[in-house]
Amino acid sequence: MNTKSEDKVLVVIQLTGGNDFLNTVVPYNNGHYYDARKKIIINRDQVLPINDELGINNTAAPFKRLYDEGKMAIVQGAGYPDSSRSHFRSMDIWQTCEPEKVGLEGWLGLAVRELDPRSENVLTGVNIGRGLPRAMAVPGVPVTSIGDIERYGVMNDFEREQLRDKAIETFKHLYGLAMGTGPVSDYIGKTGIDVLKGADLLSEVAAKYESSIEYADNPIAQSMRDVARVHLAGLGTRIFYTSHAGYDTHSNQTAGHAKLMTELSGGIADFLDDLEHHGAADNVAVLAFTEFGRRMRDNGSGTDHGSGGGAFLFGKNVAGGLYSEYPSIDPAHWEHGDDLQHTIDFRSIYGTILEQWMSVEAAPIVKGNFEQIHPFKI
Amino acid sequence: MKSDRAEVAHIMRRAGFGATPSELDELTAEKTYEEIVDDLVNPERFPAIDSLYLDLYYDGQTQLTYMGKWLYRMMNTKRPLEEKMALFLHHIFPVAHGKSEHDPSIGVEIDTFRSVALTNFKTILLETAKDPAMIFWLDNNENHKDEINENWGRELLELFTMGIGNYTEDDIKSTSRAFTGWTFEQPLSLYPMGHHNAVFEYLPEDHDEGEKTFLGHTGNLKGEDIIDIIVKQPATARFISRHLYNFFVEDEPQVPAWSIEEPNDPEAIEQLSKVFLESEGDMRAVLKELFSSEFFRKSIDKKRVKSPVELVAGLLKQTGEFRSPKPGLHAFNGTAIQAGKEGTMRSMGQEMLNPPTVEGWHTGHEWIDSGTLGERVNFAGKQFSNASMPGVQEILQRAGTLDEDSADLVTRCLDLMGGIRVSHETHAGLVAYTEELKTMRKATGAEGDQKEVNVLDLLRMVVSTVDYQFA
Repeated sequence: MNTKSEDKVLVVIQLTGGNDFLNTVVPYNNGHYYDARKKIIINRDQVLPINDELGINNTAAPFKRLYDEGKMAIVQGAGYPDSSRSHFRSMDIWQTCEPEKVGLEGWLGLAVRELDPRSENVLTGVNIGRGLPRAMAVPGVPVTSIGDIERYGVMNDFEREQLRDKAIETFKHLYGLAMGTGPVSDYIGKTGIDVLKGADLLSEVAAKYESSIEYADNPIAQSMRDVARVHLAGLGTRIFYTSHAGYDTHSNQTAGHAKLMTELSGGIADFLDDLEHHGAADNVAVLAFTEFGRRMRDNGSGTDHGSGGGAFLFGKNVAGGLYSEYPSIDPAHWEHGDDLQHTIDFRSIYGTILEQWMSVEAAPIVKGNFEQIHPFKI
Repeated sequence: MKSDRAEVAHIMRRAGFGATPSELDELTAEKTYEEIVDDLVNPERFPAIDSLYLDLYYDGQTQLTYMGKWLYRMMNTKRPLEEKMALFLHHIFPVAHGKSEHDPSIGVEIDTFRSVALTNFKTILLETAKDPAMIFWLDNNENHKDEINENWGRELLELFTMGIGNYTEDDIKSTSRAFTGWTFEQPLSLYPMGHHNAVFEYLPEDHDEGEKTFLGHTGNLKGEDIIDIIVKQPATARFISRHLYNFFVEDEPQVPAWSIEEPNDPEAIEQLSKVFLESEGDMRAVLKELFSSEFFRKSIDKKRVKSPVELVAGLLKQTGEFRSPKPGLHAFNGTAIQAGKEGTMRSMGQEMLNPPTVEGWHTGHEWIDSGTLGERVNFAGKQFSNASMPGVQEILQRAGTLDEDSADLVTRCLDLMGGIRVSHETHAGLVAYTEELKTMRKATGAEGDQKEVNVLDLLRMVVSTVDYQFA
């Protein structure tokens, strides 16, 4: 059950709402940027330059440190043809790799199935958060969704221990009986048993964990701490998923986006430091993605749904640096009004991770062959 | 007893959001099954909930407040089928406030659904086509005389009425052209004007007056003509009948599979389709046929997984926590901002007024995964952990104590909790648990003190069962 040292682990962070890539990795020397962005702008003195053209938003200072340490890969211009401006549709496309039709199988759920074909460990895929993201959902593939590690499972809020034990025993008995009494009862029965298995495995996680890292008190930092806690407990989890919400910055972006950047970069840096302190950083890579970038022109208070965003990889064995090309911000190259053109298909990034990091064949999962990049050291 | 208690409990769960013990007493004592069906499809016989009264308590027009009000209606309405049909239309014509320019529009749409749900299907389609939230959701405001946007036209035929395979790409184009100029007037800005609804607007100068052919009909067709033709199609009758069967009787496969997979009960679909066509889409007639049918009356043991909103509204109705307006109702839906919040319909996989796509939610067993099952069980248990709620009090008073025969006690509790049906195995398991409770009598609390075990602990187990996941 324990994670073998060579087993690679992937942590995926969904930036929900559409992160403004332009104001994350800022083209601070490009006149087009200052022409298009009137109010929602990161000025030269607010960036931490990584070269003569690009700088990291200084509210995300930990990213600059990770970049300098060679632990952060910036995949510029991630997207797909005819980018949808609908959050749901675009997020679905990113989650299922199905731009043409409604996909029912999430790409990470399929990867979990490849990694654990006989569903031996209900924790091979773990979502930290409430509700299963479509990326992790594939019919018949158990994936555990943890809202609160201390409370995971059923009936843990029973105040009386003795009663709780009896209640859980009865729950197990009843859900076990339901198996084999028809397809849907069977499925619900099995899911109930999986919840108990997961709860058993997770029951020691909180007590086992010790760390000198103090994660900030915000949802993404706490989620990253949960990932660290489950990972360090050695329960065999290969794919973690979590979300950081609030990126749909149509209004009041200046304050809102800065806060998100601080929380996200702090959470990721703390996570990597935590693993490093525990000597467990070698086999973990983090992918942060978002469903789309935002429009070139701001709307005076924020920015509307656009395209051509960016994705980020982090980790000790990530080969830091810039990948793909920064999408052209020259108005001559905008599409659909003032959208950026993507420069790398997101399925290239997934394919790269699946094959080079997770050793899983990519084509059946991303539905095709996409040119890969090489952002890993090993 | 004029009607069978189990059967009345069944129809009240399917056509509404369940019934309290007193409601079951009253209905079974006073009405035959046929009279109950007749009342359900004629909601005007009963008083409506006063919107102004609700607005006093749940101020504001956002989707959050609206959902609080809607839950209140589901629990307290005297017209349960009207509310259930508004939910039905929200499922099959799903519009999400996430793509909206105007927050209150989604609530206005649900109010429209409620008011037309029991008229005829033609009226339902016409009102939906004119609904500003729908127009914006499917881009009909971008559907112009010289620049067709096919989003609404395509979904009207594919997802809302006939299903794939019953029309051509040219029919989609004609439909889209026929609906050019159907748009809405921008509402006044919220600040400082206050809330005003967006209003449907027809722009004749933006309407394509050319000749169009739709399903063999040729002429200068308008949106109304398209809807007239659609409602007369046997494909529409079958598609809507199957939706009704899926919603009220038994889980069908997911909608995208309907063009390739046969219905569970093809005869039932034919029976409903026939009434739909003969009555020209009279929803009362079709629903009366459905609830009176053999297949519905036998569906008491057919598997239909409760949607999160049915689970939540049903539980809250039983516990009676919100028999009069009080704060907190809006929080049961959950929003993206509260992504981490436990015990919300969102965390159970159904953020109401915000379906994931135009296809709506996937229903049936797809409601359940390890995360959502835990959420459902823990949420349900929590509702039955507070003995002071009026509905819980009533159940406890009528159920008796742990001194009574375990099997009788279990049977009585199941009945009092809304006529819940469970398998023999579950019944036996609950009896065994009751025996355990009797042996325990006292259980040790967190501080080491002994606390009395009682029937409430049994109720909590009842709502945690596999059986309780089904409607």
